Amino acid sequence: MTAAIEARGLVKRYGELTAVDHVDLTVRSGDVYGYLGPNGAGKTTSLRMLLGLIRPDEGSAKLFGHDPLVEGARALDGVAGFVEAPRFYPYLSARKNLELVAALDGGDAKDRIEDALETVDLTGRQHDKVRGYSHGMKQRLGIAGALLRDPRLLLLDEPTTGLDPAGMRDMRALVHRLAEDGLTVLLSSHLMSEVEDLCDRVAIVTRGRVVYEGALDELIATTAGRYDVRTTDDAEAALIARRARGIRGVTVSRAGLSLEGDETAVAHLTLDLAQAGIGLRALVPRTATLEELFFRMTEGSADAEAPALVPA
Amino acid sequence: MSAAAVHTRTIYTWEVRKLAAQKRTYIGLACALLVPLIFIVSLLADDGSPEGVPFADTVRETGLTIPLVGLFFGAFWFFPLVTALVAGDIVAAEDGHGTLKTILTRSADRWQIFVAKVLAALTYSFGALVLFVLVSTVLGGIFWGFDPLVSLSGTEISMGRSLLLVGGATLAYALPIFAVTSIAILLSTTTKNSAAAVVTTLMLSLIMQLLGIVSALDFLRPYLLPQQFNAWQGLLREPIDWGPIVRAAWVSALYGIPCLAWAFAHFLRRDVTGG
Repeated sequence: MTAAIEARGLVKRYGELTAVDHVDLTVRSGDVYGYLGPNGAGKTTSLRMLLGLIRPDEGSAKLFGHDPLVEGARALDGVAGFVEAPRFYPYLSARKNLELVAALDGGDAKDRIEDALETVDLTGRQHDKVRGYSHGMKQRLGIAGALLRDPRLLLLDEPTTGLDPAGMRDMRALVHRLAEDGLTVLLSSHLMSEVEDLCDRVAIVTRGRVVYEGALDELIATTAGRYDVRTTDDAEAALIARRARGIRGVTVSRAGLSLEGDETAVAHLTLDLAQAGIGLRALVPRTATLEELFFRMTEGSADAEAPALVPA
Repeated sequence: MSAAAVHTRTIYTWEVRKLAAQKRTYIGLACALLVPLIFIVSLLADDGSPEGVPFADTVRETGLTIPLVGLFFGAFWFFPLVTALVAGDIVAAEDGHGTLKTILTRSADRWQIFVAKVLAALTYSFGALVLFVLVSTVLGGIFWGFDPLVSLSGTEISMGRSLLLVGGATLAYALPIFAVTSIAILLSTTTKNSAAAVVTTLMLSLIMQLLGIVSALDFLRPYLLPQQFNAWQGLLREPIDWGPIVRAAWVSALYGIPCLAWAFAHFLRRDVTGG
């Protein structure tokens, strides 16, 4: 099956600065894919290259197997979205703006204007000039513009940036709904909670390079297997744990024990402790949050951190 | 270039509709209405006639001289300015509004967007010219009647033929206007800045006029754009002198086509980073 997005070795340089550095991305049909990175990591530049707005210095990008730089607008069939803030003609009404982009889409895009306005809750303000729209309304209009294309793939660049909490909630609910309808979504964001909430696969990018690409739960799982343990006798428990099969990295502190092992080994350890008359006060699996992983990968030396996890 | 999903005519229609929704469009058109009015009021208020100007001697004998004298004066800065006002903005405004990314991520190819913009700018330039000539002719006719013109060779031209020649003069005048439009589009595309494109177009036009009055550069004059704005006068001679018209066509093409080709190549390959 052809990937919705397949980017290979994308490079974009601006003089001395390498904004995007050999980026590979694979977004499968049906994915809700988070493109996560700090501001200035090269996310928007990558998205612009995917949409054919920017020419890469190296590499190529294909959408459903078609390269926009080679095939032009035809490669964008079934693809919609926006990079940075969606922009419209301020001197035209929202309705006229949608009519304009629908005309540039051709086909039956114009017939979808009513539904799109309703979906983003702008029906009542459709005849207002975009000049008077708030940031949130423009974001919603951007989504409406994207929906006119009846897309199979939606690329959204920081769709909740600048929105108030209610606007962010509504936007996330909208993306949820669209994903449930079967759309493939590429969501570029620097907000961990947003990506964790919406996405099933992620790429983490820093300084123009992808340091992780894969399933979100697999990423979280890479940090699983460590447990915090508190017992009635931590010193004795530590001795037993060090002898136990499958248990590694046992450390003792005032807070208790910390150790590594798979679920079976830890279960056996609890029995050993019970047989030794040591009571278990707490056994807490310790997994890193996406936020912790993100900072671990994007701060300090990205080159050193990345291979310790899952190769991108 | 791929087979287009959207017809270029559709994009052109929307480019014209966008122009119709912008105030700057009406500034140029309002000037095209006002300038003939001001000229006529000045003729009514004073007995004198403009000097060194074709048809100056017969300016009050028939209203048909009014558009022709207007065309003569309009070449200095009026038409270059009116043309640049829209053509210099037509691509740069998209950069200014950040809307280039909006229209380039739909189903229209870049070449179609560019062609539609060029056609819309040419439509506006030609529309402003036609409006100017129409208003001048009608107002001139109201105040001084629709009598036959006296040609620049001194012969009387019938009423019907006079009107035809005014129309012909308008078409001949459109040639250098299209060249100025092309220069403005190039500047609009490459500078991405409306003000810079408009001012630079006007400056280039004025510089060429200055070059045209330097006697040491007489050899250059036939190839400067301002000279081509007077080519229409060949039509008002008996017999018609086609030489200036033909020269205006190829000199204007010499300016216009490379500018459009350069702008086209730039537009097709440029990175869209703003917005």
